[in-house]
Amino acid sequence: MKTSTKVMAAGTALEPMATAAAEEIAAQDFTCVVQNHRPQIFRFLLASLRDVDLAETLTQECFLKAHRNWGSFRGESSALTWLMRIAINLQKDHWRNRRMQFWRHTQNNSVDLDEASEWLPSGESSAEQQLLAREQVKRVWKSVAGLSERQRTVFLLRYVEERDLSEIAQATGLSEGTVKAHLSRALGKVRAELGGKR
Amino acid sequence: MSLRDRIEDAPDAALEQALKNFRSSVHAWSEAAYSRPRTAVSVVRHRSWRLAASCALGCALVAGSVTGVVHERHHRQEMAMAAARAAEHERQVAAERARVEDEDLLATVDSDVSREVPSALEPLAQLMVEDEAKVSNTSK
Repeated sequence: MKTSTKVMAAGTALEPMATAAAEEIAAQDFTCVVQNHRPQIFRFLLASLRDVDLAETLTQECFLKAHRNWGSFRGESSALTWLMRIAINLQKDHWRNRRMQFWRHTQNNSVDLDEASEWLPSGESSAEQQLLAREQVKRVWKSVAGLSERQRTVFLLRYVEERDLSEIAQATGLSEGTVKAHLSRALGKVRAELGGKR
Repeated sequence: MSLRDRIEDAPDAALEQALKNFRSSVHAWSEAAYSRPRTAVSVVRHRSWRLAASCALGCALVAGSVTGVVHERHHRQEMAMAAARAAEHERQVAAERARVEDEDLLATVDSDVSREVPSALEPLAQLMVEDEAKVSNTSK
């Protein structure tokens, strides 16, 4: 009788230990994901919203949501693509809420295009090249501001985050053909801004 | 050479260069913003102020609605009491009127009955009238 009791006790004790170990591994995995991808998610949201505080808030929300749903992530896409999808949805919700709350005085901290264009890597280039680059960046920002929400998302994922078409399609939930079409229209507008208006 | 000339000379190259500069710019801005010191004090204060304002507004609304309900109830009670008083007054007036009408009717009936002479005594009454007339003539 004593032996069987011991075996049963050992059997019941093993299961919680295994669960705890699995949870610990999952927590470690998630910590790695946060450390690796947080700057990229923040950068994408910053470029989309041009608002540092809002980008930080939505980045926090994105990882909070990811943490809650980490158990349901099956690895069908990369973790970054999955996180990008969450970030895109949060951004959509934000714009929808702002449209719904048009009567409220919502604080808008978006920086203007001139300020956003000031940021250039302090490099080896001359003053003239810096000026030229600043002018180009300003024009790209101007055309990006005029894009539709979807075109802007696709454009930023392709040319700022350097994601390939399949990843963009997975992150946005669009087909690759639709992604290509949006990208082509967005590029056309940027090209027109750079080559047309002076 | 200006930007315009360069783009017109080689549009694709210029576009690529512009996109590259744009990417570098966004990366630089993001890195700077990501590593900046963060302050959360003003946000907390702002939220607490909003919370206090919301609580005050909520309390005012609840107090207002409770006062309204109490006032409405009191008003209804007063209206009911006034209606009851009016009904009682009307009932008393009606009773008084009925009583007066009954008394008047009885008085009328009595006087009518007292004035009328039964038909069987009619000849006797005429004789009494004639006798009274004779007596008065002789006395004259």
